[in-house]
Amino acid sequence: MKEDDFARIRERLNGISRRDFMKFCSLMAASMGLPLAAAPKIAAAVTAPHRPPVIWLSGQACTGCTESLLRPSHPSLEHLILDLISLDYNETLNAGAGHQAEAALQASMEKNTGKFILVIEGAIPLKDGGVYCMVAGRPFSEIVHEAAAKAAAVVAIGSCASWGGVAAAAPNPTGAVGAPEFLKGSTVVTIPGCPPNAYNFLSTVIHFLTFGKLPTLDEKGRPKFAYGRLIHENCERRPHFDAGRFAVAFGDEGHRKGYCLYKLGCKGPMTYANCPAVLFNEVGSGAWPVGTGHPCFGCTEEGVGFHMPLHAQADLKYLTPGAGYPPIVCERGQGASPAAAALVAAAAGAAVGAAAVVARNLGKDGSGSSAEGE
Amino acid sequence: MHAKEPLGTKVLTKPFFFWAAIALIGLFFVGKRFVYGIGAVSNMNDGFPWGIWIAYDVVVGTALACAGYSIALIVYVFNRGEYSPLVRPALMTSMFGYTLAGVSVIFDIGRYWQAYNIFLPWFSNLHSVMFEVALCIGTYILVLWMEFAPAILEKVKAERLKAKLNRVIFVFIALGVLLPTMHQSSLGTMMLMAGHKLSPLWWTAFLPLLFLITAVVIGYAAVIFESLLSSVVFKRPLEMHLLSRISAIIPWLLGFYLLVRIEDVNLRGHLSLAFSGGLKANMFLLENLLLLAALLILAYPNNRRNPRLLFLSSLALLLGGSLYRFNTYIIGFDPGTGWRYFPSVPELFITFGIVAAEVVAYLWFVKRLPVLPRLEGPAKA
Repeated sequence: MKEDDFARIRERLNGISRRDFMKFCSLMAASMGLPLAAAPKIAAAVTAPHRPPVIWLSGQACTGCTESLLRPSHPSLEHLILDLISLDYNETLNAGAGHQAEAALQASMEKNTGKFILVIEGAIPLKDGGVYCMVAGRPFSEIVHEAAAKAAAVVAIGSCASWGGVAAAAPNPTGAVGAPEFLKGSTVVTIPGCPPNAYNFLSTVIHFLTFGKLPTLDEKGRPKFAYGRLIHENCERRPHFDAGRFAVAFGDEGHRKGYCLYKLGCKGPMTYANCPAVLFNEVGSGAWPVGTGHPCFGCTEEGVGFHMPLHAQADLKYLTPGAGYPPIVCERGQGASPAAAALVAAAAGAAVGAAAVVARNLGKDGSGSSAEGE
Repeated sequence: MHAKEPLGTKVLTKPFFFWAAIALIGLFFVGKRFVYGIGAVSNMNDGFPWGIWIAYDVVVGTALACAGYSIALIVYVFNRGEYSPLVRPALMTSMFGYTLAGVSVIFDIGRYWQAYNIFLPWFSNLHSVMFEVALCIGTYILVLWMEFAPAILEKVKAERLKAKLNRVIFVFIALGVLLPTMHQSSLGTMMLMAGHKLSPLWWTAFLPLLFLITAVVIGYAAVIFESLLSSVVFKRPLEMHLLSRISAIIPWLLGFYLLVRIEDVNLRGHLSLAFSGGLKANMFLLENLLLLAALLILAYPNNRRNPRLLFLSSLALLLGGSLYRFNTYIIGFDPGTGWRYFPSVPELFITFGIVAAEVVAYLWFVKRLPVLPRLEGPAKA
């Protein structure tokens, strides 16, 4: 990106330096596993004059996802993302309220049909005609249905929007479901997590802006770059697991020493997410649940988070602790035992004796003459 | 073809029971190995993953079993039919030696139930020396049994089957010459990989050549040794007319071998190691002095006609040649940082049991199957 290109967008970036901006683009590329050469493309995409409109709908949600999006401590991140996309509707961040806000939503949907990105936060209750979540006098399900039909892409952020999350936890009194189930038949990108890592969301949106298509998704609609591997695979406590060192109670010696939390109910071995690699809040190493000493509760994994008891032990998918461990100091073998040495000597002696007898007899006449002992 | 017949004497003699008892003790420890694992019976460790089961039963054992190969070389390749009375006993010892070497490999490998995968072509690792050795020895065991099959077929009077086999047996005879040439040299190649872990007194790029020559030399020595010994044990006339002539080949082979062996160590500048004292140096000297002694005895035609000297020289050859292989695999091998190995009592008994099983099988076969040549007159008492 040239200096004069940057000058064009400087105003929109709220005074962020060009250097910081390019650092952000590189960070985005890296977190998606893209080559660094993708950074200029990302820069071009996020600074394009026509900012893609984003409509953000909130249903049965605690707004933690929105909060998490605002939290990354990288300076100006919120400025960047809020200024670079055109956030036309978000109940938490809307300047207007009431009828004015709803009118803006309708206007944006009409104007940008087929172009906007629809972000759904929170679960969608279906029981009793969806009356358990009403926005502007309409059931939330109806609003989602209408908006999704006109959206270019649908992103479900957080566990509630992805598969119901805490709202759908048993006995699920409101009949809450996630967006993929509600919008069955259309592609819904899910960014589960409670809350999800903001970078996973940003990276997905920026991938869409840069390349015009969604990143590779797994069968649950999760981007593979973020949810392709088990937490267990990248966990910094994994060596303790492999070596059989476990914390067995909060505050015990193993827990204080940072041993593996598997026996406290850590769901890392059955949860797909990049938490140990990407961390939270950009405050350095250890800034994620397991790093702080709390077992992972599987928030990104349907059927684990809000489903399995917190301290139930995880099912190990394919990584099991060793049944035995190689010793650090190897036995280096032993010398001859007296019995073994005696045995070798006896055998050698018998062979020498037998050979001597045969040799003596061979000389006597032209033939063999010793008898087979009978 | 020379006629052969079973000795026909009593099988259940005292020596038979003695060797059978040792074989049974070996079998007991084999059972222990399969129930409790290799560690329960063996002193092998990560530094010495090849113990006597490989060094003796396979590497030395198959060399001792090269009698069939060596005789087949003269009879079939150089077309000297007059030695054919020696073929069948030689083949039989080869058959036992190789079969039991194959069996002891099964004791030695940890996951023996996977061993059949060697014979599945889609799993072949064509870059592995061990694969070559395993496949080649496995095939050769089959070939030896096919080559020996006529003796068994004669015994059970399956004349038509024997006639059929005789039409295709040339294939097995050809393989019987080709296969040992391949794997006996490869047994040397296996220790090429050991590199600096093997003492420079043994490690050389000539390992495959030296292993091939020792296989042939040990093969001839085994023929001579075994013929003389069975004449003594079974009170039969000595086959000196054949043995003296066969032993005339040995000095040439041995001379060439010792020249390469010593000059190779010398050219690499390590000959002084041989006189540095210590186990390795002395073993090197012992090994080569035994072979040199055999060479000096057999170099004179008069000595080759003396049964006692012929016997002693064949013994020196067997010991020297075996020692060369044993030294290459265990004595000269040092994996570094304090590893030690000496076989345990159960481990030794398994090897002794294998030797005993060979003796027992030999005694039974020569008495019941047509292996040894028919005698013209009555056997001398």
